[in-house]
Amino acid sequence: MYDVVVVGAGPGGSTAARIAAEKGLNVLLVEKRQEVGTPVRCAEGVSKEAIEKFVEIDRKWIAAEVTGAKIYAPDGTEIVMAEEMAGNEVGYVLERKVFDRHLARLAVRAGADMIVKTTATGMKKKENGAVEVFLRKMGEEFTVDAKIVIGADGVESRIGKLAGIDTTLKLGEIESCIQYLMAGIEFDPEYCYFWLGNEIAPGGYIWLFPKGKDAANFGIGVLPSMAKKKPKDYLDDFVAKNFGSGEIVEVVAGGVPVKGPIETAVADNVMLVGDAARHADPITGGGIVNAMKAGFFAGSVAAEAVERKDYSARFLRKYDELWMNDFGKTLHRNKILQQKLLKMDDKTLNKLAKSIAGYNLKEMSVRRIVMELIKHNPRLLWDIKDLFI
Amino acid sequence: MARRRKPEKEKIFINRFRCAYCGACVAVCKFNANELIETFLIIDDEKCTLCKTCIKVCPMNALEIKEVA
Repeated sequence: MYDVVVVGAGPGGSTAARIAAEKGLNVLLVEKRQEVGTPVRCAEGVSKEAIEKFVEIDRKWIAAEVTGAKIYAPDGTEIVMAEEMAGNEVGYVLERKVFDRHLARLAVRAGADMIVKTTATGMKKKENGAVEVFLRKMGEEFTVDAKIVIGADGVESRIGKLAGIDTTLKLGEIESCIQYLMAGIEFDPEYCYFWLGNEIAPGGYIWLFPKGKDAANFGIGVLPSMAKKKPKDYLDDFVAKNFGSGEIVEVVAGGVPVKGPIETAVADNVMLVGDAARHADPITGGGIVNAMKAGFFAGSVAAEAVERKDYSARFLRKYDELWMNDFGKTLHRNKILQQKLLKMDDKTLNKLAKSIAGYNLKEMSVRRIVMELIKHNPRLLWDIKDLFI
Repeated sequence: MARRRKPEKEKIFINRFRCAYCGACVAVCKFNANELIETFLIIDDEKCTLCKTCIKVCPMNALEIKEVA
């Protein structure tokens, strides 16, 4: 009998497994693919400060560092955000293929068992209060018993549905994304770049995150409820127009949940973390740090639950409280901001950008930029001001 | 949940040369018809109602409705 079975060895799952194992629990980490970390489905940008809280930085999985961001309105108006602390980079662009494996190995080093190329296909409640988890490893079916299952099985999560948590996303709650790793293009590698506009990326944005001096993750997310074409068509148009000389050396696709906070991420014996719990940010689409925080909370609550021998949803709500009072508040705020932005036409976006163009915002955060926008456009943004002040 | 009657002769066709196994189609399927096994997408025709939600979310344009021969 395992104390905890963690399904999915991404940043959320591996962190949950590591924390639970560090607290002395008997942990099994299950990964459905034969390799952890590939194929990547991510733009790989994270805040430096946030990630340092959860893992010791290792240069092996840092592809690039950036000091700021440049955001472009539909008419090309530029907003620059850059921190002034010289040499103190604020953002990392990760090498997820290496990063995810590193986190999985940390979990194993902490004492977790691990199996790969193995899918969790079902769960059944047992009379003793534990659950039987059905697994399929290279076609061979078997079961393990667990007191707690942590579902970190990504955007396509099955664990939530098996436990009765309906996490199905509507077409206005998921960004349909495609990304190229492009080599041989010119840009200033000190910055991340964001392009907004209903013509170029309806309901989302185009991004460029450096992965070195002449290569970058060049991607797009669009809301299928608003898009007239596939994200690939939008991105190809944009690349041809602006970066025609580069070569595509890798293609990445993905769906990013932008649903905002779900009502609960727990059921009896089950906790969901990361994309499985729709923990990605509705404005930025970023999910790595939230997933790792959630993994940390879930691993900690699992240890308490095992100590008290209480695996009920009622006890596990402690995990809900932890993530909701932490990044859940930002998910809630940014969901409202997203709804507000989705209603704006390009003219309004241009007007907003012009109102703060030329200021250096000196801090790379959604909060900072929106506060500045509210200051300059109080009437337009009156209804969301209380969320940001 | 009320299930829509679906045309007998149609089904969702997966273009495996395009599919990038991202799982977006699985995330939007309320009938749990789509499943991603490692990097291999399957669609359970019994569960599928041809609601086309997965076709709309697919970033690679890898899904389409076709008549069954």
